[in-house]
Amino acid sequence: MEISKTVEQLKPSGIRLFFDLVLNMKDVISLGVGEPDFVTPWRIREKAIFSLEQGYTSYTSNKGMIELRRMIAHYLERRYRLHYDCEEEMLITVGVSEGLDIGIRAILNPGEKVLIHEPSYVSYPAVVELAGGKPILLKTDIKNGFKLTPGQIDKACGKGVKALMINYPCNPTGASYTKKELREIARIADKHDLIILSDEVYDELTYDFDHTPLATLPGMKKRVIYFNGFSKTFAMTGFRLGWACGPSKVIGAMTKIHQYTMLCASIMSQMAGIEALRGNFADVMEMKKEYMRRRRFVVSRLNEIGLTCHMPEGAFYVFPSIKKFSNNSLEFATDLLKKKKVALVPGTAFGDSTEGFVRISYASSYENLKEAMLRIESYLKNK
Amino acid sequence: MNEILEILAENARITPEEIAKLTGQSVSAVKNLIKKYEKEGVIVKYKTVINKDLLEEPHPLVRALIEVSITPQKDLGFDYVAERIYSFPEVKSCYLVSGTYDLLVEVEGENIQTVSNFVASKLSSMSHVRRTTTHFLLKKYKEDGHALKKGKQKQRLNISF
Repeated sequence: MEISKTVEQLKPSGIRLFFDLVLNMKDVISLGVGEPDFVTPWRIREKAIFSLEQGYTSYTSNKGMIELRRMIAHYLERRYRLHYDCEEEMLITVGVSEGLDIGIRAILNPGEKVLIHEPSYVSYPAVVELAGGKPILLKTDIKNGFKLTPGQIDKACGKGVKALMINYPCNPTGASYTKKELREIARIADKHDLIILSDEVYDELTYDFDHTPLATLPGMKKRVIYFNGFSKTFAMTGFRLGWACGPSKVIGAMTKIHQYTMLCASIMSQMAGIEALRGNFADVMEMKKEYMRRRRFVVSRLNEIGLTCHMPEGAFYVFPSIKKFSNNSLEFATDLLKKKKVALVPGTAFGDSTEGFVRISYASSYENLKEAMLRIESYLKNK
Repeated sequence: MNEILEILAENARITPEEIAKLTGQSVSAVKNLIKKYEKEGVIVKYKTVINKDLLEEPHPLVRALIEVSITPQKDLGFDYVAERIYSFPEVKSCYLVSGTYDLLVEVEGENIQTVSNFVASKLSSMSHVRRTTTHFLLKKYKEDGHALKKGKQKQRLNISF
């Protein structure tokens, strides 16, 4: 069967073979996981079960249950003083992944360009290409803590550049931006009339300063599509539940695509989402505290054993350089896996320019992290 | 609660060096603080949570929760009687509670007979004790925040973006 040229030309996940190797190996200590190691808090799971017992098994409105949208609007208001009208400016999506896809599709004409920081989450360039657009990758540097600089964005803007995709705290680097840094980015966005797709799914896992949603900055609401979800904050990855907020026009356009392709997010997940936001966030704070400790431990150990890394500001990843030991992160990861049974993700998975780095996830128990660090240490000693 | 105490409450075997890494403090600061807590009696002792149900011991010990109603003593309140009760080594824990009785006492013994004898001869016969109700523990599901049943293996994939 003939495959579409666009899909055929999509960068094949060169990493697939490595992933298969990891998935088929037994007794691996994995630092390669992009999701929390906590199970969803019981109150939320219990609510999902109860909703099934109550017979909540139908479609919901395309935009998502109004009660859930109200809860999200209330949460954003309370948490960030961020006002979105839950009727017109909000859409419940099947995770942020779907949100980004339909967000890009809603704004992009064929051939238009989108700025993306590199390294970035794997789907960013792909959704742009699938929408017929052209991703322009902006390389970020360990020297700047893997942050985009305003100058860099300014220089890259030009003919045909329509939007910027930004993810902070960032998967895979853990980089995030202070309010001051975001103001600079906002200024450049204003200058070039950029649309910003802001993926803030790790917002509650920001450790050194308060997270600032881009949309809260003056004048930004009209050019920002704000994405967030339940996966990371409440350890609900498998529920596939997120939301997008933005000007009513773009949310209307996204809802059009969503209604034809996804129809609605699963009602059980939406019921669970309502319960998640109803709590006092004590469970969220407990998880955050645990991540903070592990972050300190991992960064300190990695630097001790020679894998230089900066202190990431958020998420649950560190992104150390392996350049002292290898120029090829895929080879490094494969060799480490085979010899020491520790899995991590080669940096090149997140962009070609990120050769020489690996992503280490500390969404793993302290005991695992401790053992993994010992194994990596002994691996590096014999290298 | 101080972060060091939180970490130790979860894992008493963790070293000061490790705590220093987890909290971002210096090793000596951690050591000093632990010493201070030990001296002040904030840290009472370091112990291990054991699921005795998994030990196939020939004669497992039995535990009972005993509700004790007492007459409070002038000037001494409940403390006087409580101390007389918790001084028995058979008593593993002792709490003053609100509600229909006063002290909740946890007692351990070799078998039902020993525990019953203790209640009959020591507890209920004590002056100022008005009434006791004994509940023998049949099965322990959760202790100190830890479910004792081993959870199912998590379904999480070993690698993902």
